[in-house]
Formats: sequence, structure tokens, C-alpha cells
Amino acid sequence: MTTEEQPASQRQRVDPYVGQYAERAVGMVASEIRALFAVAARPEIISLAGGSPFVSALRLDAVGDMIGQLIAEHGEVALQYCTAQGDAGLRERICDVMALEQIRAHPDEILVTVGSQQALDLLTRIFIDPGDVILAEAPSYVGALGAFASYQATVVHVAMDDDGLIPEALEEAIRRTAADGRRAKFLYTVPNFHNPAGVTLAAARRHRILEICQRAGLLVVEDNPYGLLGFDGEPPRALRADDDHSVVYLGTFSKTFAAGVRVGWAVAPTAIRDKLILAAESAVLCHSSFSQLTVREYLTTQPWLEQIKDFRELYRERRDATLSALETMMPPGCHWTRPGGGFFVWLKLPDGVNAKAMLPRAISSRVAYVPGTGFYADGSGGQYARLCYSLPSPDRIREGVRRLASVIETEIQLRDDFGPTPGTR
Amino acid sequence: MDELDRVLVLAGGLSAEREVSLRSGHRVRDALAEAGIDAVVADADAELLVQLRADPPSAVFPVIHGASGEDGAIREVLGLVGTPYVGSVASACQMAFDKPTANALVAAAGVTTPQSVTLPRETFHDLGAAAMIDLIIARLGLPLYIKPSRGGSALGAGPVLTTADLPAALLSCFAYGDIALIERFIPGTEVTVGVIDLGDGPQALPAVEIVAGEGGYDYAARYTAGKTEFYVPARLPGEVAAEVARIAVATHSVLGLRDLSRTDLIVDETGTVYFLEANVSPGMTETSTLPMALEASGHSFGNTCVRLLQLAAARGA
Repeated sequence: MTTEEQPASQRQRVDPYVGQYAERAVGMVASEIRALFAVAARPEIISLAGGSPFVSALRLDAVGDMIGQLIAEHGEVALQYCTAQGDAGLRERICDVMALEQIRAHPDEILVTVGSQQALDLLTRIFIDPGDVILAEAPSYVGALGAFASYQATVVHVAMDDDGLIPEALEEAIRRTAADGRRAKFLYTVPNFHNPAGVTLAAARRHRILEICQRAGLLVVEDNPYGLLGFDGEPPRALRADDDHSVVYLGTFSKTFAAGVRVGWAVAPTAIRDKLILAAESAVLCHSSFSQLTVREYLTTQPWLEQIKDFRELYRERRDATLSALETMMPPGCHWTRPGGGFFVWLKLPDGVNAKAMLPRAISSRVAYVPGTGFYADGSGGQYARLCYSLPSPDRIREGVRRLASVIETEIQLRDDFGPTPGTR
Repeated sequence: MDELDRVLVLAGGLSAEREVSLRSGHRVRDALAEAGIDAVVADADAELLVQLRADPPSAVFPVIHGASGEDGAIREVLGLVGTPYVGSVASACQMAFDKPTANALVAAAGVTTPQSVTLPRETFHDLGAAAMIDLIIARLGLPLYIKPSRGGSALGAGPVLTTADLPAALLSCFAYGDIALIERFIPGTEVTVGVIDLGDGPQALPAVEIVAGEGGYDYAARYTAGKTEFYVPARLPGEVAAEVARIAVATHSVLGLRDLSRTDLIVDETGTVYFLEANVSPGMTETSTLPMALEASGHSFGNTCVRLLQLAAARGA
């Protein structure tokens, strides 16, 4: 072929709108980690990654009958639009649920949302301009960080220890933010059975945290998906129970009933609630009536407290299997938290071993986890991994931990040969 | 035989390229459906053998990328079951998928390849990584390009500009496989050339030139629409365009590939063409280069898939 025979070259960029996206969409790119998670969903892989509830433990026949009856008796409501604030009957039932954590709320204070994720999105939407500061635990829930990033917030992480958020670290973060000429808009916290850290904010610290925030005029966003899934004693007292002026409480039925119904809620001071309702209206017009009525019927006609007890026992057995397997099999240099409830163990790898770099080898060894980097806004946390025990059976958990231990052994050898992986600090 | 009753598009698998493969598979399935072919997507899992035996398809179109899809394993299985399939036979896949083997074979056929060494991680462990790294730099110099000896989509692969970057690059590489192919980095124009054989011998499709942004043609650049610019045909002088086409067809023949393949090449500033790697199961996603090249050469993507399946069905197991 000669030059003359060459047809004119066409420039192709696949996406003709590439120059037109908003700045906030620039970071939305394909990633190796997401590609690996696509493999982790396969049954051949023991996934300690997920974060999904074990919905098979539900009384599915009874739930099915209940839904059939709901449509037969209230189909014209369940299949119709509703108000943006959410079904009044459901909001009454939500008050019953929150009473278990000592919250006294009126149904009018509640906004029903699409899981608590939508509440996070709406709160960020009404409070955050690009560059505004949000304080959040280190590490923090990946879904919240995603919502914050989508509104271009600056997240300042606040250290935790085994008793949760450290009050002195919070004071220091507030002081440092102010010294930079900025004011944090809110503190985002998961006080109970933290995702991903597995720790719980000690009772003795709760008043102190509220006091610090009140003094600084800082709104507290209390995200509490796991509060009713403690393994010992009564559910921890909610922060909102002690301060209904400066705490926005977020709840969800994803872990206590079914993640698939996508029903959560926010309880907020009146002015904030009003703005949230308007924001919700512009986002989704109204939430699914069908989902809301399903949850309302579930809370009205089904033994939901018994179900929560069943979930607790199931997750306690899996937590025990995880901790005992870690104790027996993990190589020296690994440390982990011991959750008193919820779904997660936060594993610290030996110095110089990077959980993100290790993930492909883990997937090849047919075990998956979530690298710690996803739980820090700045992508640090490479030395940590989140292990979720809610889905696999105790036997699968033990086998998964065995595989993971072997992968870590190999990484230790690689570290010794090549030096620490960058990003492990 | 021109009639296809039902075809199976094999996609997924358990490699890190699963997601890409599923996207490829669904695109092939949709194109076949549009061409009036009854096509379903199936994964390479415990259900596959049952499905193949219970309801044997006219032919299978494997688009599993990475290990098991490209290392020949799944094609060996299809051969055992006696199911006709599109693409190269297992033994050819094994040679193409193992990059050092493919390099050696095409080099023996007179194609230029970057100077390289292939080393397993145990060698670094046994002989001492620091001494090995010194030796590699002394021999190959800088910059280098490191990649796992088996695998695709640039997973675990990347350039090394300084000696200090080499340990981290090897760590990334060893996360995806235990053997590293360490090549001299050849700066130049990156092109990829599809080869298709619709019954009258392997023909090169127009070369596609890849212009990646900052960060190079990594995973994100490959699968984020708009992150990379492609030029079809590549902006090459006529004689170089002819040379890349010749090398792609030669690679296809030397490795014993069948039906379709894609060869990745670099053209340096002197016009020398270097072989980088060959792919037996090229990506078929909306950002993949083979479908782009098919379209640029006037082939309908769907009709090409149908024709390849017809040829496979006629060929038999």
C-alpha cells in the first residue's frame, strides 16, 4: 500500500462529549479495583468484601405473603406517587424503631429517603459548596466519601482508636480548619459498629463529642446503620437522643430488614428538614410508595424485633469465626479490631504491605476484601483492609481467612525482597 | 453450513478482565441478535458443561479475556466437548498468551522485538532483588516497560523511568503474576492491528493509532470512553502502514492463530516497527480497537461475527 492509497485518518474519541463534563466528573474513570470487584462477586471467590446483609435469614415466605396482601388491599396507594417527605404511617413506625436507641422523635421530623445514602447526598447538597470542609472519622464510610466528593467537599479526617472518635483529635481538627481560615460545615460520624473500622464510640466520649461540636457550632451527622446489630446488651444510646438541635440522625432498614427495599430516613432539626424535603422533591419527586408501604407493613405485621435478634445471633457467630480464624492464621505484624456488632473487622497489615497492591493476588487466590484506601478521602490507608463477615458461612470465613493469610505471607516476602510498597503509610 | 441455530457467547471468567469480557460478550451478543441470530451469553462456570451438553449450540464465540480465556484452557474444554468455536486452538493460544514465548517466536520469524528479560519473582528472592535490579538496568538501561508474562488490559503493567521506580513496578507486576517480562521501553507511535480471516486467508484491518493522555494507555485509559484518542487508520506513512499490516499477519501466521487476532506494535521515530504482544481474544467493547478497525474497513461488526461463527460451525469441532 502506498501513501496515496491511505484513506484519510479519522480521529475517534469514543465519547464526543469528553470536553463537556463538569469538573466533578473528571475523576469518574474505569478502575482496576472495580474490575477486581466484578470478579469478587462470583461464587468461586470467598468474598469478605461486600457489606451486604444476609437477607436469606429473613422469613421470605411470610414477607412474600405480606407483599401480596399489601398490593391486594392497598395497591392503589402502594403503586401511586406520594409526598416527598414520605408515608406518614411509615414515619410513625420509624419513631418506634428509634425509641430502641432512646430517640424521642415526632413523625413530622422525619424524611424518608432512598437508603441513608440519599440522605447523605441531600445533606451534602444543601450544605456544601465546592471546597467546604466536612470532618469525618479516619477511616470513614466509602459511600459517604463518594457523596462528599461528588459535591467537591474537602474532607478532613479525624483520628479514631478502639473507643471510636478521639475528642482531642476532633478539637484539633476544628482548630486547624479554623486556623486555615475555613469552617467545617458538619461532622460526619458512624458511632456504632463503625464501617469500616468495627469500633464503637465509647459512652463516656459521646457527651464530650456533642459538647465540642455544640461549642464550635458544628452540626453532627450521625449515621447509624448498625446500631441495632450489637452482640451484647442494649443498643448504644444515639447521639441524637441527647441533642435534637444539632444532630441530624440517619437510619436505614437495609441491615435490619432488607437492603433491596432501599428505605432509609433522616431526622433533622425543623429548618434542615424543610430544606431536605425540598431537595428530595427536586431529586426524586417522591420516594417509592411501594417500598415505603412494604416496610410499614413489615413493621406492623411481622415479628421484626425477633428478626433483628436472629440477625444478631447469625452475625455474632460469623464475627466469632472471623476473629478466631484471624487469631489462628494471620502472620505476625497483623492487627485487627474486635467489633461488638455490625459487619466489619478492620485489619492492619504488616508494615510495608499494601492492601490495594495485594488485591489482584488475593483475587487469584479466590478471596476478596476491600482495600483501606477507599475509606480515606486522600487515598491513604493502604496498610488496611476491611473484612466483612455478614455474608459467608463460618466455614467459608475460615477458608477465606486461610487464603488471605497465605496471600499476606507472599506479600511479606515481596516486601522483604523489594522494599515496602509505596503508599503503605 | 451457513445456518446457525443458536450460538453461545462465552464471556466473564475469573480473571481481572472479567468486567471487560462481559462488556465484550454483551456487545457481541447484541450484534448477533441484530443480525437475526439466536445468541446467549454464558460464563465459564460449573453450569457451562451442563449447558453445552444439554443444548449444544451451533458454535461458541469465546470472548473471555485474560487467563482461562486466552491461555487456551477454555478452548481445550470446548474441544473435549466437541463444540465448534471461533478463534484460535488451545495450543496456539498458549503460545500467544505467554508473552515471552510469543516474543521469541515472532523474533525468530524476523520481527523486531524490544530487548527484554523474563524473570520469575523467585529469582529475585533467591539471588537478591537489589543485585538483580542492578543487573537488569546495566543490561537493558532505562526506561523500561514491565508487564506480567501473562495477562492483558495493562493490568500490572507500566513504564519505569528511573532505577528507584523499578522495585515498585515489579511489585505491581507480581501482584498479577509470578513472572515479569521486562522490556526496553520503545518511545514512538502505539498502534494495534486487527487480523481477520473470513475464509480467504488472514487480512490485516486498518491499524488503529492510540494516543493516550497523561498516565499512558493504562486500564483507565483503555476503558473510560473519551480518555484516549484513536486514529483510524493510524497516521503512518504508507510504507510503515504496510509494514505494520505485514507484521500483524505474520504474527497471526507464526503463532498459528485462527479467525481473528490483534497485534500491538510500536513504531519508533526511525520507522522501525516493534512487536509488543498478540491477543487471541481481542476486546469487543465500545472502546475496543478491533470493532473500530472493522467499521473503518467497511465490515459490519455483526455480520463479521456471524461469518466467523458460520465458518466455525462449518469447520466443526
